[in-house]
Amino acid sequence: MTSNLLNICRRGFHTSSVRQQIIQSETPTKRICIVGAGPAGFYAAQYLLKNLGDCVVDIVEKLPVPFGLVRFGVAPDHPEVKNVINTFTKTAEHPRLRFFGNVSLGTDVSLHDLRNQYHAVLLTYGSDQDRELQLDNEQQSHVISARKFVAWYNGLPGAEHLEPDLSGRDVTIVGQGNVAVDVARMLLGPPRCTQNTTEYALEALSRSQVERVHLVGRRGPLQAAFTIKELREMLKLPNVQTRWRSDDFSGIATQVEQLQRPRKRLTELMLKSLNDQGKNSSPGTKQFLPIFLRAPKAITEGEMEFSVTELQQDAAVPTHATERLPANLILRSIGYKSSCADADISFDSRQGYVRNREGRVLKVDATDNVDAGLYVAGWLGTGPTGVILTTMSGAFAVAKNICDDIASNALDTSSSKPGFEADDKRVVTWDGWRRIDDFEMETGKAKGKPREKIVSIAEMLRIAGV
Amino acid sequence: MLVINTCRNTARLALRSAWLRNNVPISSAIASRTFSLGLALKQQDVVNVTFVRANGTKIKTSGKVGDSLLDVVVNNSVDLDGFGACEGTLTCSTCHLIFKTNDFEKLPDKPGDEELDMLDLAYELTDTSRLGCQITLSKDMDGLEVHVPSTINDARSA
Repeated sequence: MTSNLLNICRRGFHTSSVRQQIIQSETPTKRICIVGAGPAGFYAAQYLLKNLGDCVVDIVEKLPVPFGLVRFGVAPDHPEVKNVINTFTKTAEHPRLRFFGNVSLGTDVSLHDLRNQYHAVLLTYGSDQDRELQLDNEQQSHVISARKFVAWYNGLPGAEHLEPDLSGRDVTIVGQGNVAVDVARMLLGPPRCTQNTTEYALEALSRSQVERVHLVGRRGPLQAAFTIKELREMLKLPNVQTRWRSDDFSGIATQVEQLQRPRKRLTELMLKSLNDQGKNSSPGTKQFLPIFLRAPKAITEGEMEFSVTELQQDAAVPTHATERLPANLILRSIGYKSSCADADISFDSRQGYVRNREGRVLKVDATDNVDAGLYVAGWLGTGPTGVILTTMSGAFAVAKNICDDIASNALDTSSSKPGFEADDKRVVTWDGWRRIDDFEMETGKAKGKPREKIVSIAEMLRIAGV
Repeated sequence: MLVINTCRNTARLALRSAWLRNNVPISSAIASRTFSLGLALKQQDVVNVTFVRANGTKIKTSGKVGDSLLDVVVNNSVDLDGFGACEGTLTCSTCHLIFKTNDFEKLPDKPGDEELDMLDLAYELTDTSRLGCQITLSKDMDGLEVHVPSTINDARSA
C-alpha cells in the first residue's frame, strides 16, 4: 500500500507539464535526442544524464513501447536477461528524460527536423532487416527468417501473422549464432519453458510436429558462432539429444590447447558432448543436429542442398561435393542488417550499417569527414554482434564522445534548441507506457504468465490513452 | 548448491525490486528488518571492501558477512556504470571483478561452469576474474581490494 502511494506520488511528479517546467528553468540546456529505445539508447541516456549535468535527453521510439530487443529479441525462457529493464526504467523516470513513443524517424519526423531541434542526435534504432541467402526459391513460404520467427513468438507488432508451418518433422536452420540456437531451443524445448511467449505462438508450438532441428554452419567447430552458455543450455534440454558429426571434428582435439580460454572452453564442451553421445540414447526423443562445413546451395521442396566446404585460412570455400538435408521448414539466420530510416543518414547499404568513426557519423558526401552533432551507437553502428555487455560499453563510449565533443566545442551548443514538438501527433509518453505495462501484467496474471503482450499497435495506443 | 544459489538470488531480487520501487536503499530496509528482529548489526559483521576503478581511483565501502559483492555495490550505490545489469542471475558479465592472486586463491567457492561461461564473454578477462554476484563476503575478507575493469571499450572491438 505504502509503495503504491509512493508510486502514485512519484508518477504525479513526472507528468509532462511538471517536467516541462523543470526543463525550461534550467539554462543553458543541452538537448540531445536519442532515436530508438533499445539497450543502446537507454545505456547512452544513462551515461549522458549522469555525466552531462545541464542536458535534457529525449528518446523517440518507433513503437508505442520501449526496450527494443530486450522486449522483442530476448528469448522468452530467458526472463533474467530482461532484468536490465529495471535499470532502463530508472533512467526513463529521470526528471531530465522524456520518452516519445510511436514516433518513427523518416515518417513522423525527419532527421533534418530533429537536428534543428537538438544539439546532438544519437541514432540507436538497431537492425530490423536480415541478410538473405541469395538463392532461388528463397521467397517460398517454407523459407522464413529466424529474426521474423523470434519476432513472432515475442509479439512484435506486425509479426503475428507469420504462421510458420510446424507440421513437418525436419527444420533446417542456416546459421549458427545465438539467435539460431534460441530458435532451435524454442522448437525442441518443453512448452513450459516458454511462459513469456505470446499466446498464439504457444498454441502453434504446442501443435508442432518438429522432431529434428539441423543447425548448419559454413565453417568448422573452431569458428562456431554460438556462445557456450547457449550451447550448454541446449545440451541440458530434457528429451533432446544433441548429435554431432564426428567427421566435423577431425583434427580439432589436437588444437584445443592453443586456443584462447573462451574458444577453448566452448570447443572442449563440444568435444565432451561428442564423446558422450550415444551413451544415453533413448529412442523417440527429439534431436538437435549441429552440422559444420556446409554452405547453402539450393532450396527445393522439403529439402535444402548444401556445398561441402573446406577451410582455407578460416574462410569456408565450397567444393564440388554436395549434401541434401531434409527441411520441411527453413529458417535463415545468417545475420541482421539495419535499414536507412532517413535519406540524410550516411548509410553503407552493402554492410547494412551507418558509416561512422567511433560513433561519430560521417557526412553523406563521402568525404569521410565527421558530421558534427550526429552520432550512432548499438548494432546500427557496429553491425549486429555481441551481447548486452558489448552494446552497453559501446553505448557508454559513444555517449562519452558526445560529452567530450561538447566540452571541446567540437559541437556547437551556444544557441538554445526547442526539442521535439509533438504537435498533434499520437505520442505515447512514459506514463502511457506504464498504462500498457500495467495492463499487460494484469492480463498475464489471469493466465499465470508474467505478462501477456499486446501485439496490436492500435490496441497499445488505446490502452495508453492516446 | 544451485538451489541455495537460486534461493539466495530470489531473496536478493525481491529486496532489489523493493528498492527499485521505493527508492529506499536496501541497507536501510535490511537495517529496519534486523532491528525489528532485535538483531542489531554487530561491528564484527562489517566487511570493508575497496573497489579500484580502471583509472586507479579507489572507492572504499563496506558490506556485511553474507552479502555478495554485487549487494555491496547496490546497497552503497557505488558509482560503477552498468554494474550488475542482470541483477545477479548469471546472465551477463557486467559485475566482472579482478582479484589479487592471493585473494582469488582464498575464495572458498570455486567458479561453476555457468559463472565461467559468462566470464568468457567479459572484457579484460584474467586468470583471477570472478563475477561479483557470486562472491559472498566472509569476515576474513575484511580489507579486500578488487579491480573493476573499464566499462568503456572501443565500440569497434565488438
